[in-house]
Amino acid sequence: MLKDLFFIIVSTVLVNNFVFSRFLGHCPFLGVSNKTETAVGMGMATTFVLTMTAVAAYFIQSFILEPFGLTPFLQIVSFILVIASLVQLVEMAVLKISPALYNAFGIYLPLITTNCIVMGVALLIPQKGYNLIESTIFGLGAGLGFTLALVLMSGIREELEFSDVPEALKGPAIVFITAGLLAMIFLGFTGLAPL
Amino acid sequence: MNLILIAALSMAGLSLVLASGLVIASIKFAVENDPRVDRVLEALPGANCGACGFPGCSGLAKAIVEGKAPVNACAVGGATVSQKVASIMGVSDVGSSEDKKIARVICQGGNKEAKLKSDYRGVKSCRAASLVNGGPKACSFACIGFGDCAKVCPFDAITMSDNGLPSIDEEKCTGCGLCVKECPKFVIALTPKKNEVHVRCRATMKGKDTRDVCSVGCIACKRCEKSCPFDAIHVVNNVAVIDYAKCRNCMKCVEVCPTGTISAAFAERKKAVIGDKCIGCTVCAKNCPTGAIQGELKKKHEVNLELCIGCSICEEKCPKNAITMVRAGQKQESIKACNTK
Repeated sequence: MLKDLFFIIVSTVLVNNFVFSRFLGHCPFLGVSNKTETAVGMGMATTFVLTMTAVAAYFIQSFILEPFGLTPFLQIVSFILVIASLVQLVEMAVLKISPALYNAFGIYLPLITTNCIVMGVALLIPQKGYNLIESTIFGLGAGLGFTLALVLMSGIREELEFSDVPEALKGPAIVFITAGLLAMIFLGFTGLAPL
Repeated sequence: MNLILIAALSMAGLSLVLASGLVIASIKFAVENDPRVDRVLEALPGANCGACGFPGCSGLAKAIVEGKAPVNACAVGGATVSQKVASIMGVSDVGSSEDKKIARVICQGGNKEAKLKSDYRGVKSCRAASLVNGGPKACSFACIGFGDCAKVCPFDAITMSDNGLPSIDEEKCTGCGLCVKECPKFVIALTPKKNEVHVRCRATMKGKDTRDVCSVGCIACKRCEKSCPFDAIHVVNNVAVIDYAKCRNCMKCVEVCPTGTISAAFAERKKAVIGDKCIGCTVCAKNCPTGAIQGELKKKHEVNLELCIGCSICEEKCPKNAITMVRAGQKQESIKACNTK
């Protein structure tokens, strides 16, 4: 049991990293990886929302969609509904409970609504047939993997600022190349976890 | 049929639960906001440049409403914005309504003019280069020219010329002062927008030393000081300094400066034009510092355009408002138009 949970974490963070191996969430991955500081903020906010979504997705799938046989055509719609309201709820709660944290998250919190990792996690949970605890860990791992990817990328991009990049590759081009190399490096984790 | 009903009902139920959750949350987690914050935010320019020292315009709006910042804290918006903010806040006194200021570069030592003392090959940033023995230029006061100022400008007002000097678009510059803070050599300064004459050098070396390293540096010859009819320019610490309060944009110093350190739009120098309202009171002729106005009592006076320096003293002194200052660049027709006005 514990072993399974450990494997889920290793799998989502390293082997099947959502950014590098499933190629989800590339918009924020390229958009907010300019500075490590903002990358950490975005990663934390996303991890938080992902864990919540995983729990919500599990409940909706097993108590509404499956018993009534609605999965084939209502799954995506209901998940969109849940994710959007969940993010709003989290935003309001964070603003009230900790304005400092709210300021730290800034614009990133509402942006998570459109992050496709969130939808990806929600759709993968029923596919994999996880139970409640496994789903939660799966969401958490996805968030940690996303944070890892974001922080790695921002670190590299901060160094890139000071390096002599060929004129033609300046800007987005070198970032795409870097992302590709990172994805290939993550290929090296294949086989680390049996999932 | 049954399936559709179930689908509709379950979705409606789900939405209802989520919506009521949001309603409860919005009531429970309601944060009281001062309505003035939004109105002040609307009045601010919304450029989010951060020149006021607060995180963006919303940060400043909050600080103004809380009384932590004055109503005229936004340099970018200038007088019009502070007026609006003041009326929202119910303050009549806007505070000292300073003249609109914009950033100007006070160094002309580009790649052609200023000599180099070293071949710098490090990070292309002025701040980094200035740390290495004061930068690559032989003059330790010179602009380094990697364009840190252009990078920091949120309004795209600064471009780097081919000669390695920043040029500031006076129309786009809002006077936020971010470039002034960024420049490690202090060669950008905020100056009143209405002033057109500027000493573009701050090198305090002796005249000969300045001449050795730069062809456009101030050599402290004091010719400008002697030529100024208004006592507005003085050589202090081997460099000419203009008192902007006294300077009347007459450009006399620009005429005499041997190195071209003092710059102004010389081609657009103003000239006085006397209109038909002139009753020949001779006030203008008496006050003209260069004796450019001639005319007999009770007859329309004439301006000698060769001698007129465009100081606009006559315009101010004329009791009949018969004198208009016209840019020399403007066409003859506009001068005629002024005459008939």
